[in-house]
Amino acid sequence: MESNEQIIAAAPPRDTELVIDVSGITKRFGAQTVVNGIGMHVRRGEIYGFLGPNGSGKTTFLRMLCGLLKPDAGKGTCLGYDILHQSDEIKKHVGYMTQKFSYYEDLNLEENLDFIARIYQVQNRRQAVKDSLEKLGLYARRKQLAGQLSGGWKQRLALAASLIHTPDLLLLDEPTAGVDPKARRDFWEEIHQLAAAGLTVLITTHYMDEAERCHRIAYLAYGNLLTSGTVEEVVTGAKLTTWEVAGPDLASLAGELRHKDGVTQVVAFGNTLHVSGEQETELRKAVEPWMKAPYRWKQVESSLEDVFISLMEQSQDNFK
Amino acid sequence: MSGTRFSFKRLWAVVVKEFIQMRRDRLTFGMMVGIPLMQLMLFGFAINSDPKHLPTAIIVQDHSPFSRTFIWGLRNSRYFDLVEVADSEAEVQFLLDEGEVQFVIHIPEDFSRQLIRGERPKLLLQADATDPAATGNAIAAINTLVTTVFDRDLKGPLQKLRGRPGAAELQIHKHYNQEGKTQYNIVPGLMGVVLTMTMIVITALAITRERERGTMENLLATPARPAEVMFGKIIPYIMVGYIQTVLILLAAKFLFQVPMLGSIPLLLGLIILFIAANLAVGITFSTIAKNQLQAMQMSFFFFLPSILLSGFMFPFRGMPGWAQHIGSALPLTHFLRLVRGILLKGNGLAESVTHIWPIAIFVAVVMTIGIKRYRQTLD
Repeated sequence: MESNEQIIAAAPPRDTELVIDVSGITKRFGAQTVVNGIGMHVRRGEIYGFLGPNGSGKTTFLRMLCGLLKPDAGKGTCLGYDILHQSDEIKKHVGYMTQKFSYYEDLNLEENLDFIARIYQVQNRRQAVKDSLEKLGLYARRKQLAGQLSGGWKQRLALAASLIHTPDLLLLDEPTAGVDPKARRDFWEEIHQLAAAGLTVLITTHYMDEAERCHRIAYLAYGNLLTSGTVEEVVTGAKLTTWEVAGPDLASLAGELRHKDGVTQVVAFGNTLHVSGEQETELRKAVEPWMKAPYRWKQVESSLEDVFISLMEQSQDNFK
Repeated sequence: MSGTRFSFKRLWAVVVKEFIQMRRDRLTFGMMVGIPLMQLMLFGFAINSDPKHLPTAIIVQDHSPFSRTFIWGLRNSRYFDLVEVADSEAEVQFLLDEGEVQFVIHIPEDFSRQLIRGERPKLLLQADATDPAATGNAIAAINTLVTTVFDRDLKGPLQKLRGRPGAAELQIHKHYNQEGKTQYNIVPGLMGVVLTMTMIVITALAITRERERGTMENLLATPARPAEVMFGKIIPYIMVGYIQTVLILLAAKFLFQVPMLGSIPLLLGLIILFIAANLAVGITFSTIAKNQLQAMQMSFFFFLPSILLSGFMFPFRGMPGWAQHIGSALPLTHFLRLVRGILLKGNGLAESVTHIWPIAIFVAVVMTIGIKRYRQTLD
């Protein structure tokens, strides 16, 4: 496949310094292209959300940024260092939180943090470990084995460990998967504080509410960057019209609408259906026959989720 | 009581699933076939408890037809391969210490004259008896040889010298293990076997465990370099290796009364090379194995020839050439000679060198493979 560069217009700058500045990044595993010519510009202090279906290449892209994988094509810098040749330097200044918990379950919290602090040669190591434990509210549990922690506490430990060397860039790979809503909210609170202090955060997630908490987002599918920008930019950029319909037997209505021209998607939302289309007039024409009792129709603003599902379906058409 | 009865369909479901998983894990499947095959080869072809063609040096100080007959008889017995024919003792003593030869045979001056006079001259056999099993049959063979080999030459008036007790006498000097105690040979050897077993298994599991638990990805994302990770993992186990060594040495001394003629500090100094060799193997295995089970199997795959072909269980010189070649590549083979040499023969550094460099080469080669294979990226 050709390496088609995909950079989409960015939001107004908060700070002009680019922490991540890469283009044409490509990775193949055998015959399969997992990441296809992706470009990305992320500024200092930004929380950049990385979304996309499972297997879209998000993790692979993160691994290339922090030097765990070598890109097959593309160039660029991360924290000012060349991603192809200076991965050793990048590693020193990046905190990476893996998708799967990857600290030592047979070490206690303090020992885990102490180990990571030693590896990064942190100055005043003992104090740094103590501070880190206190800041994340882990001090009382410092003698507990990591393997005995619940999901939420493991996540806190992983975050603490990936911050121990005060990195300039934090890469978080689905950090909140399997974490309860309260812990998730606290986690995001923490991320925003860190970003305000100048840390740049690149985070992958499947949750729409989390996407909306990011300064900017990018959407990946099948290794291709489909869209990026602020949430509003992404939603308006998609030019999607959505109708909400309520009434009896929505399941059979959904079945009928789905095959109409002009309808790109029909998604059930609780007791209503969201019917979306790319052309407002065509969509209107398609749903017109049902615009009567017992159905109640209302035009709504397309949500980020509507946009993403539509993007995903389009990309399936394009890349299958 | 459970409401459901034993179901053959469910049983079959589990059987099918197990077969699929077995097929997926190629390495484990390979080992399941490979290990029995290897055992068959080793036990069936390589091992021989009646070693022949033992390297022998001979000192001939009496050049006579009788000496020639004797040498011819030695060759014909197939137990002795004459690798060195010397005129004086000084030239060959070193060979026995180094383990280059198993026997030194001495035909003294005046041998034929005394024989003709019927004085039953003495032939001296010096044997490296560290491993009693290796020399037993050869000594029996040479005993018979000495009583009968000269009969052919004893003609005419000398005919009366034929028959028992024989025209010449064989005097045997067993060196290094006069009592022929197998413990003296086994216990120091056990040090090598124990180190091989634990060092390889523990280190093979150490890195594989990191990969299996996902902690490897984290470690790779840090600035830690491959050499730092490897040596960091090796050093604690070197200490464990020393604890094992000291325990075995104490047991050897106080439980088995194994003689310790050589320098213990020298042994402790050289042992680090052998420990390093095994750790290098373990680390290399761990870079190949995908899970801990595979790492265990690979360790076993290495351990089996080590124990069987090194001369620990069976006399090294009893094995066919190909098996000796494989054995010579293994660090345990050289370590056994090293440790037996130091403890039982009282060898110093000079006599040990021939056993040191093969281990050093082994370490260098395997370590290079290991570090190359430990990839810093996940590709």
